[in-house]
Amino acid sequence: MARIARALLNRLWGMVIVLALVVTVVFVIVRVTPGDPAAVMLGSDATPQDIAQLRTKMGLDAPLITQYGQFVLGILKGDLGQSIFLNQPVTTALAARAEPTFFLTLFSIFIAVAIALPVGILSAVKRGTLFDQIVVTLTMVAASVPSFWLGLLLIQAFAVGQGWFPASGYGGPDTSLIERLHHLVLPAMALGIVNSALITRFTRAAMLDVLGDDYVRTARAKGASEKRVILKHALKNAMIPIITVIGLSIAMLVAGAVVTETVFGLPGVGNLVVSAVLRRDYPVIQGALLVVAAIYVLINFVVDILYILVDPRVRL
Amino acid sequence: MMAASLSLPFTRGLRRLFGNRAILFGAIILAVVLLAALLAPWIAPYAPNKLSIANKLKPPSFAHVFGTDEFGRDIFSRAIFAGRISLLVSLGVVCISTVIGVLLGVTAGFFRRLDAPISRLLDAMMSFPDILLAIALVAALGPSLSTVILALGITYAPRLARIVRGSTLVLRELPYIEAAVAMGLPTWQILTRHILLNLASPILVQASFVFASAMLAEASLSFLGVGVSTDMPTWGTMLASGREYMNNAPWLMVFPGLAIVFSVLALQLLGDGLRDLVDPRLAKET
Amino acid sequence: MIATDAATRPVLSVEKLTTSFKMAEGWRAVIRDIDLTVNAGETVAIVGESGSGKSVTALSAMRLLPPGQARCEGRILLEGRDLLQASDAEMRTVRGGVIGMIFQEPMTSLNPVFTIGNQVAEALVLHRDLSWKAAEAEALRLMERVRIPAAKSRLNEYPHKFSGGMRQRVMIAMALACRPKLLIADEPTTALDVTVQAEILHLLRELQREENMGVLFITHDMGVVAEVADRTVVMFRGDVVETGPTPEIFAAPKAIYTKSLLASIPRLGTMGDTAAPRRFPEVDPTTGEAVEGRAMQPVPAGSAPILTVENLSVRFALPQGQIHAVEDVSFDLRPGETLSLVGESGCGKSTTGRAILRLVNPSAGSVVIDGQDVAKAGSHAMRAMRRTSQMIFQDPFASLNPRITIGAAIAEPMLAHGLVGRGQAKDRVAHLLEQVGLSSAIAGRYPHEFSGGQRQRISIARALALEPKFIVADEAVSALDVSVKAQVSNLLLDLQEKHRLAYLFISHDMAVVERVSHRVAVMFLGEIVEIGPRGAIFDNPQHPYTRRLISAVPVPDPARLGQSNPPLGEEIRSPLRPHGYVPPKRSYREISPGHFVQEAIGTQA
Repeated sequence: MARIARALLNRLWGMVIVLALVVTVVFVIVRVTPGDPAAVMLGSDATPQDIAQLRTKMGLDAPLITQYGQFVLGILKGDLGQSIFLNQPVTTALAARAEPTFFLTLFSIFIAVAIALPVGILSAVKRGTLFDQIVVTLTMVAASVPSFWLGLLLIQAFAVGQGWFPASGYGGPDTSLIERLHHLVLPAMALGIVNSALITRFTRAAMLDVLGDDYVRTARAKGASEKRVILKHALKNAMIPIITVIGLSIAMLVAGAVVTETVFGLPGVGNLVVSAVLRRDYPVIQGALLVVAAIYVLINFVVDILYILVDPRVRL
Repeated sequence: MMAASLSLPFTRGLRRLFGNRAILFGAIILAVVLLAALLAPWIAPYAPNKLSIANKLKPPSFAHVFGTDEFGRDIFSRAIFAGRISLLVSLGVVCISTVIGVLLGVTAGFFRRLDAPISRLLDAMMSFPDILLAIALVAALGPSLSTVILALGITYAPRLARIVRGSTLVLRELPYIEAAVAMGLPTWQILTRHILLNLASPILVQASFVFASAMLAEASLSFLGVGVSTDMPTWGTMLASGREYMNNAPWLMVFPGLAIVFSVLALQLLGDGLRDLVDPRLAKET
Repeated sequence: MIATDAATRPVLSVEKLTTSFKMAEGWRAVIRDIDLTVNAGETVAIVGESGSGKSVTALSAMRLLPPGQARCEGRILLEGRDLLQASDAEMRTVRGGVIGMIFQEPMTSLNPVFTIGNQVAEALVLHRDLSWKAAEAEALRLMERVRIPAAKSRLNEYPHKFSGGMRQRVMIAMALACRPKLLIADEPTTALDVTVQAEILHLLRELQREENMGVLFITHDMGVVAEVADRTVVMFRGDVVETGPTPEIFAAPKAIYTKSLLASIPRLGTMGDTAAPRRFPEVDPTTGEAVEGRAMQPVPAGSAPILTVENLSVRFALPQGQIHAVEDVSFDLRPGETLSLVGESGCGKSTTGRAILRLVNPSAGSVVIDGQDVAKAGSHAMRAMRRTSQMIFQDPFASLNPRITIGAAIAEPMLAHGLVGRGQAKDRVAHLLEQVGLSSAIAGRYPHEFSGGQRQRISIARALALEPKFIVADEAVSALDVSVKAQVSNLLLDLQEKHRLAYLFISHDMAVVERVSHRVAVMFLGEIVEIGPRGAIFDNPQHPYTRRLISAVPVPDPARLGQSNPPLGEEIRSPLRPHGYVPPKRSYREISPGHFVQEAIGTQA
């Protein structure tokens, strides 16, 4: 237990450092804008007074270091600034769009893992067979398909063609959860299938790797059945890298969600970001970037903890 | 052993390179795409932006093999010209991210003191989902061809840096690096002749994956309308505009999409094949 | 061995076994027509060099080779039943039930993510139909039986907390869990230190006696064969070349290969009265006859040392404490002299060599090379030092850059130090290659085209390129097969004589050390416990650790079968100390001229 407590503290400290760097990177990204962000945001027909007003509102007149200080202070207070175009705090705007993105990500990671784990394991065990070759080929192709394009094809096939699922939207605010999830089936499939390709290939590789290890031979020499060798001895070791790749693919799912939400017209964070970019609503971009990165860092933290639980050797 | 094709006599190296089916397929598809892009003005049957309202939304036919779009433009010709942009962007991204990634990775891996700060920075950069970071950078820098390249280059540099750092850490402990130190070779010579030379294969492998990712990301950015300017045809923008007509003119989105799939597939095959060739442990298994 | 009725009945008999592997060009036999039998209570050794097919034979008997990629023909009879005809389910009851197996690599043979108790108990659950609870109780008994200290508390620990020797004990406990009729041991002690090896061999012998098991023991070490085997099977490139009772094989080998194998193994105690090193015997591969090597020159008295090490310490900080890898080490080395640093893994011998060459930074002390203190030298003085001193590494496969031709690798240091221009470099490389017994025509080739022994020669040529005055040879011949080991050692001796080179010869192989050294220093937990002329150390060892080390070396003499000393039990071997630990000041007693022994202090033994 002491080992785990110390490891936790260690990881926690690492996480704080990375979060601080994330905040700094986000701050820098918005400041590298060539020219005056206020002028860019307001477009070419803005008056100098409007620009000056916006500069004051955004705090752009203060020296950089003061701006940075205020930025960090704001974050600590839970204030990510004010959206210029939505006329509401960025936090409020994000919170309003969080649900579809959250469910979409969850739903699609579920699909991805549900496909990837069994297929990847089976493919490794049956290495070189027809099944394995088909899996290898399919995952290779699936990993090359842009998820938004797959989304468009799915809409054609199941929404427009069959009418089984809605082609876009998320239902109104008063629709039931089931109804809303029904809207998510196609986007989650688009994302989940593409991401399952990565996880399948990784699972297969990780299993192949451990199946060649000495302790697997030891287990066989003990007289353990093939099923036991694979599901007990090999899989628990293979899970260590697999957990990492699942954590990584959550980040890829979030990235994919940005585009997929646009395809399916889901009112999520991705949609918010894309429209913010088109309107040059910097505070929203900045806030979304920060929140998503922070969530990713948290997920990584969880992955690290899982690691400690699965692998007794993890160095502290 | 790391002794891969590069250290073999040329012809034997080539035979090994193309004896691998994955690499062969990948190389052929990629060569076709590259040639089509390079020779676009000569191959394309029509000018990519030639309007012909009379021919709008024509399905694939002998005159227009991939059909025409809502302005009667030939999709085949546009797809070929779009390939130029996609390849240009992806190549640029690969160059930028490789240069940054190798510099950061080797520095972090070789000089112990710089490892922790660089690694933390890489962690932070990799906390941003790739498309989102690229979108933010493009938004900040203003959309144009060069900013898209720069933004994606910065986005993918940490991936390369990670791989390079990891390999450098392993290399640094090898006796032949220690031998080089013990012989009193200058540090720059150890870095170039002994470290970089042996990093060539992992860098090549990773670069081909970054190439593939960059292609997908560029398509996504263009599709979202936050990529390179909209009057240049790219596969992404073609999909975005074709989307509105997908019910009655599905060829508008089928062909540009297939172009992306095949190009990315080619690069993945190439990367995979190269990795098998370089990593003896994996190579043995196939 | 106990002669009962069962002892005469074979447990295992292998008849005309041929195993083939699937290659790109088709099936290729790696072992051909192997015949051997193992009786109950008997130990049969299969001995051979790398590539002889000895491990493949063992894995074939267990049917552990990957089906589809390997194919066995012939018969493998276990108590009369042919295992090659057995179903998979039958094989599962055989593996771990009737045949137990232990492997070479104790560090990787246990599953890292399950506890020791779980892994030992699993065999019992699989074969003896015990509940997990009962199995764990039985596992505890087994662990006590293989003498794992504090077995009860260690049951719930993971393998990474166990030392190599302890892991091998766990493997033995697992293999013996179901009281097998036959134990197959595939190089079970090769990865272990020699004193640990002695303990494990002793344990195996005791258990075998109690259980009346047959043991099939695979090894490359003739010393181990002499210590354990009743009968011996000699293999060479996939064929059995000779088989017979061990004493006969040693006394009157018939096959030429066996003769040359026996002639080239380094043996302790063959030095006679010479004070200087002696070349290894030259073995004629066509007849297997050996000619004893000539003695080398003694070190001329009175020459000034080329290397003086005083109070050298190297410490590494860890969160839990400090590793005192090297502690207060002092010695000197004169031109033309070989000083061997011996000791077991983790004793600090390699770190000492690396600290002298500043590949790690010393924490305290001074290292004077050719009159220059390099322990704290700046980059300019370091560059000069890099010319006078060189290093040869253990792993011949990793010590050459795979992407650079060997000619370029040898020329590189000369060019970097401006010793020769590009024009002359080629001639110098050719000359150096010829000096180490290689053709100058190979300069354009890449390292992967060479064997281990050839690569080690190339590394030596590269080390000679700067015309150094002294060379640190870190386990330079340890990874090589017996015959190659002798040849490369002879090359080092010849070069020493020719160039008056001084060697710091770091090795765990006592038999080689006895051959090549003028003086020997024994290290234990980072300290030198005894140092002196070679003859004094080997013939009159004073420190208890030196005695233990020398007596643990297996002697290739079957007259000693089963007679080796009972081991002393594994000690805690870790130089990890708490922060702020101040090591005691050691004093040394001079036994005879130049022979110093560390004095025991206080209550310490």
